[in-house]
Amino acid sequence: MSFISYFIDGIRLGSVYSIIALGYTMVYGIAKMLNFAHGDVIMVGGFVIFTVMSTWGLSPVFAVLLAIILCTVLGVSIERIAYRPLRKAPSLAVLITAIGVSYLLQNLALIIFGANTKSFTSVISVPSLKLAGGKLSISGETLVTIISCIVLMIALTLFVKRSKTGRAMIAVSEDKDAAVLMGVNVNKTIAITFAIGSALAAIASVLQFSSIPSISSTSGAMPGIKAFVAAVFGGIGSIPGAMIGGILLGIIEILGRRYISMELSDAIVFLILIIVLLVKPTGILGKKHHEKV
Amino acid sequence: MLEVKDLQVYYGVIQAIKGISFNVNEGEIIALIGANGAGKTTILHTITGLISPKQGEILYEGTDLRKAPAHKIVSMGLAHVPEGRRVFSQLTVYENLLMGSYTRSDKNEISDTLQHVFKRFPRLEERRGQMAGTLSGGEQQMLAMGRALMSKPKIILMDEPSMGLSPILVEEVFDIIKSINKSGTTVLLVEQNAKKALSIAHRAYVLETGKIVLEGDAKELMNDESVKKAYLGE
Ligand SMILES: Nc1ncnc2c1ncn2[C@@H]1O[C@H](COP(=O)(O)OP(=O)(O)OP(=O)(O)O)[C@@H](O)[C@H]1O
Ligand SMILES: [Mg+2]
Repeated sequence: MSFISYFIDGIRLGSVYSIIALGYTMVYGIAKMLNFAHGDVIMVGGFVIFTVMSTWGLSPVFAVLLAIILCTVLGVSIERIAYRPLRKAPSLAVLITAIGVSYLLQNLALIIFGANTKSFTSVISVPSLKLAGGKLSISGETLVTIISCIVLMIALTLFVKRSKTGRAMIAVSEDKDAAVLMGVNVNKTIAITFAIGSALAAIASVLQFSSIPSISSTSGAMPGIKAFVAAVFGGIGSIPGAMIGGILLGIIEILGRRYISMELSDAIVFLILIIVLLVKPTGILGKKHHEKV
Repeated sequence: MLEVKDLQVYYGVIQAIKGISFNVNEGEIIALIGANGAGKTTILHTITGLISPKQGEILYEGTDLRKAPAHKIVSMGLAHVPEGRRVFSQLTVYENLLMGSYTRSDKNEISDTLQHVFKRFPRLEERRGQMAGTLSGGEQQMLAMGRALMSKPKIILMDEPSMGLSPILVEEVFDIIKSINKSGTTVLLVEQNAKKALSIAHRAYVLETGKIVLEGDAKELMNDESVKKAYLGE
């Protein structure tokens, strides 16, 4: 039974990675840039929830809503202030700026909340599910995380495929100039993409920190990088790729940690990425490559 | 309806368009012909705002297009069928056509226009669910034209619509351009196939390395000795 429960925990972690990876992959697909500050938006979301619940003592629902709103505003502002002026700059300049924004957010959190790890009260109060006569127990956090991931994935796929804005996103990702000729406002479309990605990051923060449950200024960085790996793993730019990459990565990480080595689990994750990229450079569901960063 | 005055366009330090003036009247087909690299595409891109000129005016129905952001231009009634079609390969034929009507909001009017486009290009209706990237070159050209028509343009700019097509399809494309014009849409046609372009145009301009070297009635230009020699291969 323990293998199954580890496996399910892997799906849980993978679901969080998937949701974060969506932000990476959508922004990459449309703005052709790697937003390395994306992981830190998760940390900001976590601190918003921490502040609202632990410091102000307000309700979790309000905390989650505020986190989503603030993260969305933050993501759109980062794009507007830091990335938009670099729209025509070499991709290396954009990448370095993104790393700069990432450190800026981490250091601001360090100033405001201090260096100590804070304990985080779970936002999710769903009872755990007992299966196989109580031998297998799936926590409420895990259930909510996996269901959220599935729901978000379906909603996002429908949005991109069915809505006018979604079509404009695909058009911009494929050919900016041709999209402009259709009357698409490229800046607005990119801003919407950042808004969606950042709102997803806020949701990921709820799920991630409810399971851990502690938070510090660097708490977003590692899941951020792993989700980036997941996005590349699944094929960067592809929405189902982000989902598959994220889930696989979560399962590999948890099983690796349990059955191979606690210390080496992260190394295993990156090793697998390297192998996948050697065999299939565009990732599992990757399309023809546009640009390497 | 469209008037370009003393247009100068640079790529970095290289001047691609060296002071060009021309005008397009309502209801006309105007051909812009010239060899590779003459600057035809650059002119069209400048009109629809994808490139900003260093100098000059682009007046469309009295307003200066230079002041309008590129994404607003199509809703002013100016559609552009770009060189190389540039259909959205990951969208279906139908979704590509919807992208053409992106700036319009009235669903009934859009579906009317869609019926017109399907009537003009029955092939597109047959393949409405197919990914545009898997269409043949000729079908993609039809789609690019249909997509432009979805905005219900008053004037349509076409950049080498006959490029890479078989002789029969070239014939068909020029027939379609003529009939689009007959139904009231003004056409600015850029072509390397000078013979065909001149045969359907009312007036034409001949472009050489960023300058207009000849202009006039299309029928007269067809009989011009220098045009015959340089562009008609006679
Ligand atoms: N993005 C660019 N950067 C630098 N130079 C460019 C760029 N685009 C075009 N040019 C140059 O500007 C000149 C005009 O090019 P343009 O594409 O307008 O020609 P064209 O008449 O459309 O040619 P063709 O018939 O081959 O399509 C050429 O010398 C070309 O090399
Ligand atoms: Mg050209």
